Amino acid sequence: MDSVTLHKIFDIGGVFEAIIDWLTENLSVVFDIIADVIDALLTGFFNVLMFPHAFIMIALFAALAWWIAKKGVGIFTLVGFFLIYAMNLWEATMETLALVITSVFIAILIAIPIGIWASKKDTVEAIVRPILDFMQTLPAFVYLIPAVLFFRLGAVPGVVATLIFSMPPAVRLTNLGIRQVPKEIKEASQSFGATNRQMLLKAEIPVAIPTIMAGVNQTIMLALSMVVIAGMIGAGGLGNEVLKGITQLKIDLGFESGIAIVILAIFLDRVTQALGVASQKQAE
Amino acid sequence: MDENVKIKVENLYKIFGPTPKKAFPLIEKGKDRTEILEKTGNVVAVRGVSFEIKKKETFVIMGLSGSGKSTLIRCLNRLIDSTSGQIYIDGKSIIDMEREELREARRYMMSMVFQHFGLLPHRTVVNNVEFGLEIGGMEKEERNKKALDAIELVGLKGYENSMPDELSGGMQQRVGLARALANDPEILLMDEAFSALDPLIRNQMQDELLELQAKMHKTIVFITHDLDEALKLGDRILILGPDGTSRQLGTPEEILSEPADEYVAKFVEKVDKTKVITVSSIMRKAPVVSIPKDGPGAASRTMEKNGISSIFVVDTDRYLKGLARIDDTVKLHKKKERDLEPILVRDIYTAYEDTPIYDLLATAMSTKYPIAVIDKEYRYKGIVDRAAIINEVSEDTDETESPMNFSEMEEGISNKDSDK
Repeated sequence: MDSVTLHKIFDIGGVFEAIIDWLTENLSVVFDIIADVIDALLTGFFNVLMFPHAFIMIALFAALAWWIAKKGVGIFTLVGFFLIYAMNLWEATMETLALVITSVFIAILIAIPIGIWASKKDTVEAIVRPILDFMQTLPAFVYLIPAVLFFRLGAVPGVVATLIFSMPPAVRLTNLGIRQVPKEIKEASQSFGATNRQMLLKAEIPVAIPTIMAGVNQTIMLALSMVVIAGMIGAGGLGNEVLKGITQLKIDLGFESGIAIVILAIFLDRVTQALGVASQKQAE
Repeated sequence: MDENVKIKVENLYKIFGPTPKKAFPLIEKGKDRTEILEKTGNVVAVRGVSFEIKKKETFVIMGLSGSGKSTLIRCLNRLIDSTSGQIYIDGKSIIDMEREELREARRYMMSMVFQHFGLLPHRTVVNNVEFGLEIGGMEKEERNKKALDAIELVGLKGYENSMPDELSGGMQQRVGLARALANDPEILLMDEAFSALDPLIRNQMQDELLELQAKMHKTIVFITHDLDEALKLGDRILILGPDGTSRQLGTPEEILSEPADEYVAKFVEKVDKTKVITVSSIMRKAPVVSIPKDGPGAASRTMEKNGISSIFVVDTDRYLKGLARIDDTVKLHKKKERDLEPILVRDIYTAYEDTPIYDLLATAMSTKYPIAVIDKEYRYKGIVDRAAIINEVSEDTDETESPMNFSEMEEGISNKDSDK
């Protein structure tokens, strides 16, 4: 039997196709609701980001970076974001930022409870871990296909693909952070009669916060990279500009949007890292 | 049940592992821990221990690593559920309590102090001390007041708003103690509470615990691997063997004078050598100046030459007169005075050659000068400096704790399970 015939028997792709077909046919109402929620969040964040004049936003971002991270990061943000504005990429950048914020917001909302659950139950961890491995190793582009099938083209499937792609580190590090809470701290809270919920909220999560924040930082960085890829399905923002650069061979546009992405990435990374360090200092 | 009994433990067993029940037939046959582990994969941590703890007594459970002492104390508040046996507190079984009832007992009846303090690193001292009360649902204002009282009780006033990592180990454990005392429990469970502290601080904490207990009259269960600590703190001591069985229960006096078996006897033999070792073994000769022959000039030169900041002063018959400090001596020399007598520090400590080092511990902590060694006629023999004392004491305690403890063993076993 040659491989072509075998493929007809082991039709793994066909199975996925059948599942997705079934889902689209039967659960379209659910997907519509999800799409509406995501769309509302996205529009909301975007409108907030675009509401003030760009210069006001730049000043706000710079102040935020200075306050949370350091003076240097603040100055970098000021200069970098002005450059983005000067390259006429402000709106695209804010679109990308709105996509990142929306994806990360939903990803964390899902990831942290799963991470906590996994830290409490070994069986949950045993099930979740291979799924996370799968999610992280599957090429990012593959996520675009079902996202498009469920949600058609545009920003919403972009957000869905991004949040799935970027969720694993937040789950992993929440799980890890809570498992690493020193045994005596858990014992101490138990010995004072804490309920499981009290132990979680008053002892474990606060102690694990620095690790959880490291996961959130990674999630944000992954989200940014995915959001750019999602430009391929019309998610908009800088990804779109990069795509235009590629398809129309506009070297200038490609480079400029690339630079804008780097600036945004550095800003997000430094600020969220500083948040992690700050929470660590507080936790130490 | 006897009115006077606070905690009663009856034939308690704790067996870690996948199939604890399988260990019992082997236990009955008298097999040892290693054999049971090999045959059944279970570790017998606590092996048929029974005892009664009286109200308001300090009950010390003593054993080396692996004797199951940490497991045993955790059975008392059910941080670890025992495999079989009974535990009564005020005649009521802890083992049979439902979750809710057990929580109440933990909140209001007994508190625990941990070896490595178990403080919450993200909370200030006062918020750490409040923790138990907060868990119990007490209002902010009331619990704050109680926490401040507890902080004052353990001598940490002024550190309310510090973070735990800003404090020394001894101070952190005071926070742990204050946290345990804040809800005014009847029973205090102390799991190697002072073992992580350095010897001098440990000694000081022991003294303070004794003082506190004289005022509070709690029922204290204190776990230690250190016989000296057990002898010092315990009204009664339970000695656990390396196999998790109880070997002897008695007052310190009884244990020292009539050890129940060879194992206990071997322990008692080793009673802290700082109580046996005397000053003569760590004393050294140090330069002195003798008056009236030497004046400030000679004294300051000797000090400079030997790189010391103070020197003992004797008279021609080598009777100790006092101590000269370099700054005073130099001032005197500049004033061209000849006589050392007026600047002599007389507020110094002395010891005989046969004084046990142990008796100098407190002195060594409080004085900034070396201790002068003299004979019965008050003649100068040499000096003992603080460093030598501390050195000797810490040498003695260095090797007492090996890294294996039972809670870790338990973890090792449960990890093995999940690997399978």
